[in-house]
Amino acid sequence: MNKTKAEVELKLPVIPDIELTATKTAEVISKHMNLSEEKTGEISMAIIESCINAFEHSKTKEIYIHFIVSKDKLTIKVKDKGIGFDKSKVEIPNIENKLNTDERKRGWGLQLITELMDTVEYDSDETGTTVTMTKKREDNE
Amino acid sequence: MSDSIKNIDEKNGVIVISTSGYFNNVAGEAVLEIFNEKIDSGSKNFLVDMADSKVVNSIGVSILIEIIEKLQAVDGKLAFCNLAGIVEKTFNIMGLTKYCEVYDSIDSGVEKLS
Repeated sequence: MNKTKAEVELKLPVIPDIELTATKTAEVISKHMNLSEEKTGEISMAIIESCINAFEHSKTKEIYIHFIVSKDKLTIKVKDKGIGFDKSKVEIPNIENKLNTDERKRGWGLQLITELMDTVEYDSDETGTTVTMTKKREDNE
Repeated sequence: MSDSIKNIDEKNGVIVISTSGYFNNVAGEAVLEIFNEKIDSGSKNFLVDMADSKVVNSIGVSILIEIIEKLQAVDGKLAFCNLAGIVEKTFNIMGLTKYCEVYDSIDSGVEKLS
């Protein structure tokens, strides 16, 4: 198994379900890294949510996804050149607050990404947003 | 029928909706449309079979929260079966499994709901 550093870059236009292109790429990379099915699913879900957030909130026409394979982890950067956002203003969602109230049912993306990945960092300003997330590779993978 | 819906069935008073493919906003709206038709006809127990939907997004799943809310008003039940591991984990994180049971097959879901 080749575990040397490798990189893959995608540029995705905003068209329906295009995030599935990124999840297919993630599946191939995960297989290359010998990651478990569970981790592969978590990575794919986090990518989907990152893409949806970028498509919905950045007001740009394309996003960039950068996969970086290293010996001990997979790093994924989802970048847009949009208007940015203030993470401190994003409320942590709770289903109890969403049931039988006027609160919108959506708003789960950041919470899902945080729970599914090992580390997540947001770098955002008025020139764009980059979400950097990692999934560690265990010794037996 | 929407491409997102593979089958709709009624078993022992339980409406079984089998989805197909990526469970996104389109699929969520398709399930909601069927749900609205059936609840207007008096059905209260629903089982969503996701054997053929291994990938979801939070927009589609959020629509299921709307269904939970509507069923609470009529003392109905929503349950799921045949969930892929990551789908069940997503439902756990979003809190759906606090309100909905998860079964490993249509038959076991129908048995418990009917």
